Amino acid sequence: MSTWPIHPLRGGVHPPECKALSNQQPIQSAPLPKQLIVPLLQHLGSTTEARVSVGDYVLKGQLIADSANLISAPVHAPSSGIVSFIGPQPYPHASGQLMDAIVIDTDGLDQWCSLEALPHFYQASAEELLDKIRQAGISGLGGAGFPTVIKLSPAPNQPINTLIINGTECEPYITADDVLMREKAPQLLLGIDILVQILQPENVLIAIEDNKPEAIAAVRGALQSRRYHVIAIPTIYPSGGERQLIEILTGQQVPSAKLPAQLGILCQNVGTAVAVHDAVIEGKPLISRITTLTGQALQKPMNVECLIGTPAIELLEFTGLQKAQMSRLIVGGPMMGFTLPSVDAPIIKTSNCLLAATAEELPAPPAALPCIRCGDCAEVCPANLLPQQLHFYALGDDHPQLQAHNLFDCIECGACAYVCPSSIPLVQYYRAAKADIREQAQKLAKAEHAKERFEFRQERLRLEDERKEAERQARAERLAKSKAEQAKKAAQAQAADPAEASQAQAEDELKRLKIAASMAQVALRKAEKQLDIHNTEELQSQVEQLRMAVEQAKQNLDAAKPAKTVNDGPTDDEIKRLKIAASMAQVALRKAEKQFETHDTDELKVQVEQLREASAQAKQTLDSATAASSTVSAPATTEKAAKAEFSPAEQAQKKAKIEVAMKRAALRKAERNEADAATLTTLQAELTQAEQDLAALN
Amino acid sequence: MTLPRITSPHAKGANRTQRVMLLVIAATVPGILTLSYFFGIGPLLNIVLACAFALLFEAAILALRKRPVGFFLKDGSVLVTGLLLALALPPYSPWWLIAVATGFAVVFGKQLFGGLGQNPFNPAMLGYVVVLVSFPVDMTAWPAAHSVDAIAGLQHVFFGQAFPDAWSQATVLDALKINSSLTIEELWNSSSAFGVFAGYSSEWVNLAFLLGGLFLLHKKLFSWHAPLGMLAALFIMSLLFWNGNGSDSQGSPLFHLLSGATMLGAFFIVTDPVSSATSVQGRLIFGIGVGVLIYIIRAWGGYPDGVAFAVLLMNLCAPTIDYFTRPRTYGHKAAKRGFKAGE
Repeated sequence: MSTWPIHPLRGGVHPPECKALSNQQPIQSAPLPKQLIVPLLQHLGSTTEARVSVGDYVLKGQLIADSANLISAPVHAPSSGIVSFIGPQPYPHASGQLMDAIVIDTDGLDQWCSLEALPHFYQASAEELLDKIRQAGISGLGGAGFPTVIKLSPAPNQPINTLIINGTECEPYITADDVLMREKAPQLLLGIDILVQILQPENVLIAIEDNKPEAIAAVRGALQSRRYHVIAIPTIYPSGGERQLIEILTGQQVPSAKLPAQLGILCQNVGTAVAVHDAVIEGKPLISRITTLTGQALQKPMNVECLIGTPAIELLEFTGLQKAQMSRLIVGGPMMGFTLPSVDAPIIKTSNCLLAATAEELPAPPAALPCIRCGDCAEVCPANLLPQQLHFYALGDDHPQLQAHNLFDCIECGACAYVCPSSIPLVQYYRAAKADIREQAQKLAKAEHAKERFEFRQERLRLEDERKEAERQARAERLAKSKAEQAKKAAQAQAADPAEASQAQAEDELKRLKIAASMAQVALRKAEKQLDIHNTEELQSQVEQLRMAVEQAKQNLDAAKPAKTVNDGPTDDEIKRLKIAASMAQVALRKAEKQFETHDTDELKVQVEQLREASAQAKQTLDSATAASSTVSAPATTEKAAKAEFSPAEQAQKKAKIEVAMKRAALRKAERNEADAATLTTLQAELTQAEQDLAALN
Repeated sequence: MTLPRITSPHAKGANRTQRVMLLVIAATVPGILTLSYFFGIGPLLNIVLACAFALLFEAAILALRKRPVGFFLKDGSVLVTGLLLALALPPYSPWWLIAVATGFAVVFGKQLFGGLGQNPFNPAMLGYVVVLVSFPVDMTAWPAAHSVDAIAGLQHVFFGQAFPDAWSQATVLDALKINSSLTIEELWNSSSAFGVFAGYSSEWVNLAFLLGGLFLLHKKLFSWHAPLGMLAALFIMSLLFWNGNGSDSQGSPLFHLLSGATMLGAFFIVTDPVSSATSVQGRLIFGIGVGVLIYIIRAWGGYPDGVAFAVLLMNLCAPTIDYFTRPRTYGHKAAKRGFKAGE
């Protein structure tokens, strides 16, 4: 085993390690809690959906939630029991927001479902192994909790040459990976074997900070014939940051905003590798993890193997929590961890440490003084930023300068704030500034989108207008042209054939007469209507006069007509018009009938009745017109037939029918409104009368 | 059970701004002792008066600005300003001279720009320059070593009683500047003001400040870039333009390193983080600029020493230096530099 060259970390700090607090005894197993709170989202990516319902009995290891989305990890029941609730529950997140979770009331039996182990993994294909890892719901156990299977499936053009197994554990206090390596080195190496089988990397580097000599010895001892490099790197925070570790081990820097895969490098946490071992070789899904329980508010700090979903308070009480002493409860370490909003929040796949700190241990920082630009922050920044400048620009909301000073390359490790002599909460400023910039970018994108849509609409309307304008012009031109042509034709006709001209004149005359006749008819109808309403003598005489005028007009018309119409009968045009009228009446009738079918009201019934008659009449008119046009006998009769007035008998019948329907409607209405008996009787009588009238007419 | 919600990091290093200021004050002790050895209670009177005035002015203007007086007086920065000003002024400076200098330094140099951390110029140097150009006679009246007794000194400081002529002496920088006839050897023999390499008192005082500066460097209060840049630039300039020991000599490199306010400037003024450039590379450039300017002013300017002017001139350049000396961030191919913020 040759020594691997190491590139020292840029910057970094040495906060008190406080690791001896929790790594002095072997891993204990936590007691089975009465209730498990299993959140549906425990990883980076999309949330899962519950695949069980309240009341279901679940076995340990049974799938209880999954997602169709690729960037997700299924969730399994950590113990057997009954699903008692699915909904919002406390959740370990800096925001303090609740998260949907499946609550399982454990039955104490801790009964496993059947597991499919794959002990001879070296015979399996990469696809099989990847599927196994996905089915086991493994997401990164060290940091952000990215679904492992996604990381293990690099793009075909970016093969992984170097697999880095991260056992640095550079955060103070946390010893979960330390004890895991000490106690589970053989499983760790088998897990790495599986990863190697999937990725086929050239180099496998297992990095461990040199403050963990027992872990280094254990892993080296379990290596056997494997050609993996176990590298002890100098203890400095944040050497365990993915990008930092890559530079320490390879001297390469991961390009800004890119993934390590671009360099052919993949990092996995030691805990994740052990979880891969458990998933493949034992078939066990990820339902438990090793968590450090530490801090001076605990009487017996230790590492426990605990079920996912165990409420924090149960673990803290198991290790002797002195509630009065605890001034803050942190998930993770003192550099990058976040305070837990509630002690009821559960352990999830990424919870590597619960730090119950006393006020003496992690005192509240003194009030911040102004920055004196001492530059200590820039000296310790592992990303080689200028934190003091970022602070100034953040104070002034100078987003362009913040971005020019590479704010988004900040990994929020907290080294700058740790060393700041003025106790300025620098990381808070950066988080807020990043959120601000992201929000503004979103707003900008939205506004841009809206603007684009608006401009598109304006353009569309403009084109529409243009098209309409062009059509209007074309129409106007056509009209002018046809007018001119008509005028020309008329002039030609007059010049060429006086006889024809006289015929044209006669036609014009006929047209005029027709109009006069119909106008007289209209005036008469109007007057008649008025007469119906106000029956005065003046009106009566007026109507009489009008009727005469109409007769006169008709006679005039008839006199003018014979010459032309005598042999023609009803013109084709006329028939067409009648046909259209008939079919329209038919359509209206059908519509009304349909409506009637759905809403059986009496008003509708009346309407339908009327329409039916109108339609029948239209048809009749059409038939007679057609007959007339085919026989071409007496023009006067045809004309009359074509006009097809109702006979008085028919009209009376129709009226009676309507009367009956209306009476019926009135009666029904009264019945509906629960009118008194007298009214009902009267209406009934009226209806009977109307029916009798109708029968008499028929 | 409600738990406090605090964002990371939760751990906090032990370093505090007050500690930084106290260390600076502690590091001046060798210099103060050496000065007192040569000039009696003069430097101490300067310090007491300057610090008292500085606190007074700071408190008054903080009250006017409606800022918490106690909180900001405790940060110790105004004491450092007063102290450094006191060390730069000639021993036994009249009380009113000290009042004007500290007043200008604290009120105009610092608080009117927004107080701690906001001043573009080094306040002590600003106050120093104001009295230097306003009261040149008093400012060049350095007493000869071991000449002034305490009673006369007190009378001079508080009641304006003049010293006997024999007690005052031109500084060696001054002597070299006005010399046009004597060779260096003759000059050295002509006055008791000269010592081995530079002034009889100034070389020891400079060495004492160097000692204090090395202590601060050891304590990692600042990086080596600015002080070394300044001293190296001054050394190289004086070496390049060293024209021998004739009557037109500009002085040897060692003469320049151990004269005037060189070491005080290098370790206590140029290292002021507020008014200096902020990146490591920027600080190197800042220091070099100060060193070059000091030599130019000493050799060809109108004043015998140029530390204060050089520092103020470079203070003007610091923001620009910052724009052009940003480091290359992790994962970036090249550093983004220049005034423009856009991509």
